[in-house]
Amino acid sequence: MTDTTATDIDLIDAAKPSGGTCSTADCTKIIMDGLWHNNAGLVQLLGLCPLLAVTGNFINGLGLGIATIITLTVSNIVISSTRNWVRKEIRIPYYVLVIASVVTIIDLSMNAITPQLHSVLGIFIPLIVTNCVIIGRAEAFASKNKVTRAALDGFMMGLGFTIVLVVLGGMRELIGSGTLFSDASVMFGSIAENWTLQLFYKDYKGFLLAILPPGAFLGLGFIIAFKNIVDKKIKNN
Amino acid sequence: MRKHLNVMLKAGLSLTFFALISVLFVSTSERLTRDKIIENKAMMLRQALNEIVPPQAYDNNLVETKMVLSKEDTGFVKDTPVFFAMKNKQAVAAIFEVITLKGYSGAIKVLVGISARDKSITGVRIVEHKETPGLGDKMELRKSNWVLSFNGKSLSNQSLQDWQVRKDGGQFDQFTGATITPRAIVNIVKSTLLYAQTHLDDLFSKQLTKKANQ
Repeated sequence: MTDTTATDIDLIDAAKPSGGTCSTADCTKIIMDGLWHNNAGLVQLLGLCPLLAVTGNFINGLGLGIATIITLTVSNIVISSTRNWVRKEIRIPYYVLVIASVVTIIDLSMNAITPQLHSVLGIFIPLIVTNCVIIGRAEAFASKNKVTRAALDGFMMGLGFTIVLVVLGGMRELIGSGTLFSDASVMFGSIAENWTLQLFYKDYKGFLLAILPPGAFLGLGFIIAFKNIVDKKIKNN
Repeated sequence: MRKHLNVMLKAGLSLTFFALISVLFVSTSERLTRDKIIENKAMMLRQALNEIVPPQAYDNNLVETKMVLSKEDTGFVKDTPVFFAMKNKQAVAAIFEVITLKGYSGAIKVLVGISARDKSITGVRIVEHKETPGLGDKMELRKSNWVLSFNGKSLSNQSLQDWQVRKDGGQFDQFTGATITPRAIVNIVKSTLLYAQTHLDDLFSKQLTKKANQ
């Protein structure tokens, strides 16, 4: 690891604790950190439990990703807007309290408003409570920054995580069962019924390893390696 | 010492305060969504049951015409809800929601529909399972047609010997690479049929008299 500047795991990356309103350069940094330089799945390596567990196919990855984006944005907003009233001794239990409440409320409202989507994402939502990305961003960013910055950070970290989930899910689905976007109809309704793409010849039996848990570890390893190669290329130019 | 106590007290009190606010939010949203969630659940259950007994085959409220058989009575591992489908006050079919623990990983929840007329299978669906993706999940209808092979089978048109996977000398296919899962399903469907063989008429006459008394 010679390349420490780009892939440095800076959990405490609240550059300006006082935090002005979001200037353009500042915004760009938050966006790039979330999507690439400090990506939750590839650099911070947080939230691996849900990341590895549910990415058996593209749609599952997308589902968990959307649920994570919502939770992360809302919890960052709540924690940032109450940051001046919470004593530092109790901040960790306070984060746990906020995250658990936010997740429960999202779970209940989704169950009531979109039962079909909930029946698909239902199992992932409780998994989000165990996702360290949420508490990581609460401690490292939201508790030290203004609401707009915290909201942007939450959304971008969530989006970066979602991209990893979708790429890993798509990769495993493609290799493991030779399809892409299968089960899209459970998420997008009947219009999506024909979205399933058969990538290889029709009788492709599937490479089971990709779908089983070891495939998740291998796949994530390849994605991280790819990111490091790209970073190195950029640095050398 | 005194100062420490003071800090602890303050921290404790403020955490209690935040906990109360969270409870307020969570309980309010629970109250607002409760009825809708119950309604949605009933709707999804109705859809699942309608796959086994088509809606035109019965005219009662299938989701609410329900009875729970205790596990001591049936010998199954969990209490078993049964839904009764009737038309013109005649028994049509019963749907048993049974659970087997003999799968590869964890419980498998299965809906078994049994016709009241000849005690044959009207349909089998897997509701919940944690079997290995790619191997054991071929019992899901969206992955393969395997569960449809139960349709129309009964204890009279198949011998008890036939109610096994092929590997054990029976009539039902196993999946490539997975025998435990289909074996568990075939077994639980067979046990449900055996129970229905002797008890289904009783259960139905109870339901019909209950309905007549209303």
